[in-house]
Amino acid sequence: MTAKWGLRGLAFGYLGLLLLAPVAMIFYKTFEHGLGPPVDAMTSPDALHAIWLTLLMVAVAVPLNTVFGVGCALLLVRHRWSGNAVIDGIINLPFAISPIVIGLSLYLLYGTGGWFGPTLSEWGVKVLFSTPGMILASIFVSLPFVVRETVPVLQEIGTEQEQAASTLGASAWQTFWRVTLPAIRWGVAYGVVLTTARVLGEFGAVTIVSGSISGQTETLPLFVARAFENFDEQGAYAGAIVLALLALTTLLLMSVGGRKAKASGGSTPVGPGEVAISMSSAKEVS
Amino acid sequence: MGIAVEGARKRFGDFQALDDVSIDVPDGSLTALLGPSGSGKSTLLRAIAGLEALDAGQVAINGRDATATPAQKREVGFVFQHYAAFKHMTVFGNVAFGLKIRKWAKPQIGDRVHELLRLVQLDGLAERYPDQLSGGQRQRMALARALAVEPQVLLLDEPFGALDAKVRKDLRTWLRRLHDEMHVTTIFVTHDQEEAMDVAEQLVVMNEGRVEQSGSADDLYDHPANEFVMSFVGEVNRLGEHFVRPHDMTVLLDPDEGSEQAMVQRIVALGFEVRVEFVLADGTEVWAQVTRAELQKLELREGQIVHLRAGQRKSFSVAA
Repeated sequence: MTAKWGLRGLAFGYLGLLLLAPVAMIFYKTFEHGLGPPVDAMTSPDALHAIWLTLLMVAVAVPLNTVFGVGCALLLVRHRWSGNAVIDGIINLPFAISPIVIGLSLYLLYGTGGWFGPTLSEWGVKVLFSTPGMILASIFVSLPFVVRETVPVLQEIGTEQEQAASTLGASAWQTFWRVTLPAIRWGVAYGVVLTTARVLGEFGAVTIVSGSISGQTETLPLFVARAFENFDEQGAYAGAIVLALLALTTLLLMSVGGRKAKASGGSTPVGPGEVAISMSSAKEVS
Repeated sequence: MGIAVEGARKRFGDFQALDDVSIDVPDGSLTALLGPSGSGKSTLLRAIAGLEALDAGQVAINGRDATATPAQKREVGFVFQHYAAFKHMTVFGNVAFGLKIRKWAKPQIGDRVHELLRLVQLDGLAERYPDQLSGGQRQRMALARALAVEPQVLLLDEPFGALDAKVRKDLRTWLRRLHDEMHVTTIFVTHDQEEAMDVAEQLVVMNEGRVEQSGSADDLYDHPANEFVMSFVGEVNRLGEHFVRPHDMTVLLDPDEGSEQAMVQRIVALGFEVRVEFVLADGTEVWAQVTRAELQKLELREGQIVHLRAGQRKSFSVAA
């Protein structure tokens, strides 16, 4: 009993000190003098543009990485061939490489001396220091999440439900939409949340390719960093709060969706830990 | 008509799953594919369903060559050992799946699904999810789902394999009755000879990717084609070149013509039947199945010397 409470205390203390205290401090500092200053800081043209640009990154990178991620997971799990190991390794690259290095590599590739840079600028396409480059960087850094979350769920559900669907007359496309996707939706949803969080918060790679031009190529994290460097504490804190709220909204949307699905009897959602638990209980039942 | 497979071959890497298999399943019959694991019985069933492509050979369903037809278009009902329930759909949704794919109108789907749920005795559970059903209920739901689209043939892959003994017995009686009502050509795969003999009209015994023998349960039991079939469809003693069923062994207290001396090693009472184990003079171990009354009449004891006479011996030429 005491050991149990001791462990709980330790877990809370650890999380509190490392995670909760800094976040609470930001909240406190932001609203120290009421709602006025943070609202003012966030309604300046530069701040609004930064919010808009950040949401644009999410709106482009997340759907692309979701479609790619699910397709790639299907390829890896359902169509075994020798190239899979290579694809599997390449997908992990963004995890292995520091974001700043990713930014540098994009800079080299699309810069004036790079492989693609000169050709693209002949065509009038500006990648570096503008939105396309930042979107590329966002896609790069957040690419593995949906694949990584979907692969184990796909392996877990097996192929029998899909085979049953085909004997019942469903085409491959119908089987995917009616059987496979609903069965893996929690893995995909968790991947989407992680992807969104990563794109929202991306700093290193985007700093390099964007050039951080305020009001033009400045996302929220870059806005926060510039505010901080310019001793604009109010702007930095308020920006940080907006970022945190955006991420929390994503999480909230997912758990609301999860509760709805649970109420209607669907399988339970969320993190990899919970997926593992539902896997072991599924084995007991069968 | 029915199902005809001709010269089926299938190899998985080094493993020859099907080696020139031909079977004929009469229209409207209930046939069991019986064999140990790895005998190719499930592969054959999956090949009939189109879930496995054959390396060579043909599959014909109701007189039409289906070898190149994908599973989607074969119009077979398939029931999996582990149910393959669509977990995110209700019982209703599962059974309605094939009808929705065929774009039936909603009221007709409702009527058909409820008719089937009554048939499999699941009416009242339509809004449940598979998680909320027992194994037996899930398998009946899977059967209703397969039957909903009025398949030309019904294929069951070890349908009762994951269920406990009591539910298994109930379900097989129930399947037998269902088949009597529906008369859809049915093949079911099992490794349990008792189950196969109980349910099926025709048995196909498979071993190492080949058909060893097919026929009625009586045929296989009384006239097995070879040693494998003889020992797979029932218990057997080996006496030199000969094979004898334990219930064809007669225990004598005095020697008789053609009898052999044996020592009683162990007596195991299994309810009405008693299993008596002997060792022969040459060291061979055999056993006899006797009734309780016979045992009491003979007053057998462990260690006693008796004489065994084997009736109904069978021998198979080595070439087989």
